[in-house]
Amino acid sequence: MSGLGLTMNVRIRFDSRELEAQIEESSEHLAICGPSGSGKSSLLRVLAGVDRRGEGKVEAFGEVWQDTDGGTFLAPGPRRVGWVPQDGLLFPHLSAGDNLGYAGASRDRVRDMAARLGLDGLLDRYPRKLSGGEAQRVALGRALLSRPRLLLLDEPFAALDGELKSRVASVVEEVAAEGSVALVLSTHDEQLANRLASAQLRIAGDRVKRLPCTG
Amino acid sequence: MVDPATAIRLSLIVGLLATCLGFPVAVAAGWLLARRHFVGKTALSTLLLAPLVLPPVVTGLLLLKAFGARGPLGGLDVPFTLTAAVLAAFTVGLPLYIMAARSAFEAVDPHYEEVSVSLGVSPWATFRRITLPLALPGILAGAVLTFARALGEFGATTVLAGNIEGETRTMALAVYTLLEMPEGEEGITFLAWVSIAIAFVALAGYELTVRWQRRRLETRR
Repeated sequence: MSGLGLTMNVRIRFDSRELEAQIEESSEHLAICGPSGSGKSSLLRVLAGVDRRGEGKVEAFGEVWQDTDGGTFLAPGPRRVGWVPQDGLLFPHLSAGDNLGYAGASRDRVRDMAARLGLDGLLDRYPRKLSGGEAQRVALGRALLSRPRLLLLDEPFAALDGELKSRVASVVEEVAAEGSVALVLSTHDEQLANRLASAQLRIAGDRVKRLPCTG
Repeated sequence: MVDPATAIRLSLIVGLLATCLGFPVAVAAGWLLARRHFVGKTALSTLLLAPLVLPPVVTGLLLLKAFGARGPLGGLDVPFTLTAAVLAAFTVGLPLYIMAARSAFEAVDPHYEEVSVSLGVSPWATFRRITLPLALPGILAGAVLTFARALGEFGATTVLAGNIEGETRTMALAVYTLLEMPEGEEGITFLAWVSIAIAFVALAGYELTVRWQRRRLETRR
């Protein structure tokens, strides 16, 4: 399988603002930093293929995912991304276990993932009965269990405190290594960016720049 | 002769059939109006909701024009049959059903659908597994209203289905018929109480489904 090899040349309109993203990145683990409201989430949504407001071209894994001029738009499914939105967005009518197994993972894989993410004993609980941190971990597990080739994490550990954050970050590292899963992560947590990503981009104004998250 | 028990039975059959038949229509139209923008949306919405404001007798008249012997659907032999009573109840109840389904679909955050599709689940399976189950309590609230409306239906039914004992004489028509009979008082009282009871049960059911909808969409607080 070819690596992520992400090339983006898109203009994204969101909240009556515009973000111009020109990215050419060979790294498999990428962090995108920037203040809240700068467009990190919109960028990830364009990558996931759930937002069509981006205009321009997106290529990844040697495939064209989007080309506005050429009339190409690859649906989210075949992109095989595991998108973890900022607020988790667990399906409210399904238990944590059913959320985890939503994409078709076996009971065993669900149980295994729950154990790794420290969610044992919570599988029968509904999202409204989960804490913020628990919900975020379920959302992460749900994405990982869909066997993605690219994991898109939008401020993934915002609701987790120190020790748990480190544990969950380890799981992401392990899974990424095991299945050679690429990673694009939006965060304003420098430490996390340094730990999980080998390349960093920063959104400054209406552009994405090749700058480290620090400073 | 008017048999109140038969009228009640007929009303329940007509109400249930109209409600069941309305389900796919309400789901399709409600989803379309909630989730899609297209040319003619206002026209479609107006057409579907018109029976809500038209006098039921006029709705019945329009149905009779369509399904009458010389109408475009005359070959179906609908008028003055049980089917006609169901069709009348269906048409008059449909706006409530569609409005309920539409707001139920509008209440479902489209981001859930995006997540589902991003996990590799097809749009149709997403509708079946996410959108419909999340909107279902609200749609059922519409079903309850439609059923209740069907039980009270009079105007369109008289015009399209007539007032045939054992065939199309539903509760409302039975009460009307009994009003003209000197010995009808007992039957009227009985039917009136049954109507009131069913109305209360239906409205309680409506309240419960509305609460269920709210609970279903509840996320972390």
